[in-house]
Amino acid sequence: MIEIQNVRKSFGQLEVLKGIDLTVNKGEVLTVIGGSGSGKSTLLTCINGLEPIDSGRILIDGTEVHAKSTDLNKLRRKVGIVFQQWNAFPHLTVVENVMLAPRKVLGLPKAEARAIAVKQLSHVGLGEKLDVYPSRLSGGQQQRMAIARALAMSPDYMLFDEVTSALDPQLVGEVLDTLRMLAREGMTMICVTHEMKFAREVSDRVAFFHQGVMMEIAPPAEFFGNPRAPELQKFLSATH
Amino acid sequence: MFNYTFRWNQAFNALPRLLEGALVTLEIALLSMLIGIVIAILLTGCRLSGNRVLSAIARTWVEVARNTPALFQIYMAHFGLGAFGIHLSPYTSLLAGIAFNNAGYLAENFRGALKAIPDTQTRAGRSLGMPPIQAFRLIVMPQMLRIAFLPATNQMVWAILMTSLGVTVGMNTDLAGITQELNARSFRTFEFFAMAAVIYYLIAKAVTLAARALAWRMFRY
Ligand SMILES: Nc1ncnc2c1ncn2[C@@H]1O[C@H](COP(=O)(O)OP(=O)(O)O)[C@@H](O)[C@H]1O
Ligand SMILES: [Mg+2]
Repeated sequence: MIEIQNVRKSFGQLEVLKGIDLTVNKGEVLTVIGGSGSGKSTLLTCINGLEPIDSGRILIDGTEVHAKSTDLNKLRRKVGIVFQQWNAFPHLTVVENVMLAPRKVLGLPKAEARAIAVKQLSHVGLGEKLDVYPSRLSGGQQQRMAIARALAMSPDYMLFDEVTSALDPQLVGEVLDTLRMLAREGMTMICVTHEMKFAREVSDRVAFFHQGVMMEIAPPAEFFGNPRAPELQKFLSATH
Repeated sequence: MFNYTFRWNQAFNALPRLLEGALVTLEIALLSMLIGIVIAILLTGCRLSGNRVLSAIARTWVEVARNTPALFQIYMAHFGLGAFGIHLSPYTSLLAGIAFNNAGYLAENFRGALKAIPDTQTRAGRSLGMPPIQAFRLIVMPQMLRIAFLPATNQMVWAILMTSLGVTVGMNTDLAGITQELNARSFRTFEFFAMAAVIYYLIAKAVTLAARALAWRMFRY
């Protein structure tokens, strides 16, 4: 369970998160939508402790992320994150990209790490691309590789930050299919996205962020069928 | 008028001695590179440390090394330090001068290579649970090495050629030193210097080709 309690966060003068309260249960799929600059990415990077927070608490399975005593490196094994920019490691082949953390962070033997990597890569449809370098892959393939790389750590939670936004339109589908598959398999995930149709299909709940405030959160039918906040109504009519 | 007759015999007979000198040349160049790389890493660390004093020292080093003649840098190691009572042998002052020069150029090279690697690479490593040093070692450093490798090779060639400045501080066991000595005794100036030049050329080419082969093996992406 991810518990976010009254989290505030500023960059200099700019308050980016203005007291966020949110709980994501095990097995739940939460999608987050909202305009650019509304604090969605910041929230995700706070959840896995890449960014510090100013006040409030974030708990992952009861462990406080930003407590001094928390071993963030250990915690991050439980929480995978995939960014809009897929960040393939260019000097490693596809399979090496995925094996790296299981080997060096989890300390698994090479053969075992490779087996995990092959399994995850096959799972996202890249079983044929094991030994090529990422520069030979399309954007969609690189993004699926990044997903496999995160999954290879067997995380309990996955955070996705606009993972299709940097892709050519014809490559968006394959990556969304991968996310749908994960959702079906019961992965707990938070997906920041602009893909409304996707959000409607896979989400248990959808949240709307506006200027650092979570203005609305509801199951998709209600969220899209009967949006209450005027800002959300405006946002939805603008994107439809 | 042109009345110099070429006599190659003496020069060819001296070939073993010239090659011995070439080994010393290569040795100094290699050592100066190793020392230069270690110092360059430290200088790069200082420049990125955020500490004002350290980064000022490092910046000054880089500036001086890159913007003053290598000859002066070797002179400074020999006569300059001599003025302070520190007397280095020709070998050591030559090595120190070239290492100083190498460190400056390599530090600039490393910094550029580091800047070319986006922060998001480190972030991706960190989000997989890597501590900062591990992310640097496994993700940033290999990419940095590739970018820095060819410029570093050029610096190695440059270091080989710079060793010839050793004659000005009394160096007489390297290729230039031996050539100079043979020349002084025989006055076959052209022959000896031409032979030495060919040997320098061959060493420099060999280093470049070896580096290229190595790069091809190491950097497959
Ligand atoms: N590292 C940073 N330093 C300063 N400002 C930042 C930083 N990261 C994000 N911001 C600012 O915080 C606001 C929220 O950013 P972000 O969380 O990326 O929004 P979103 O993902 O919803 O588009 C933006 O105004 C952005 O410019
Ligand atoms: Mg964002």
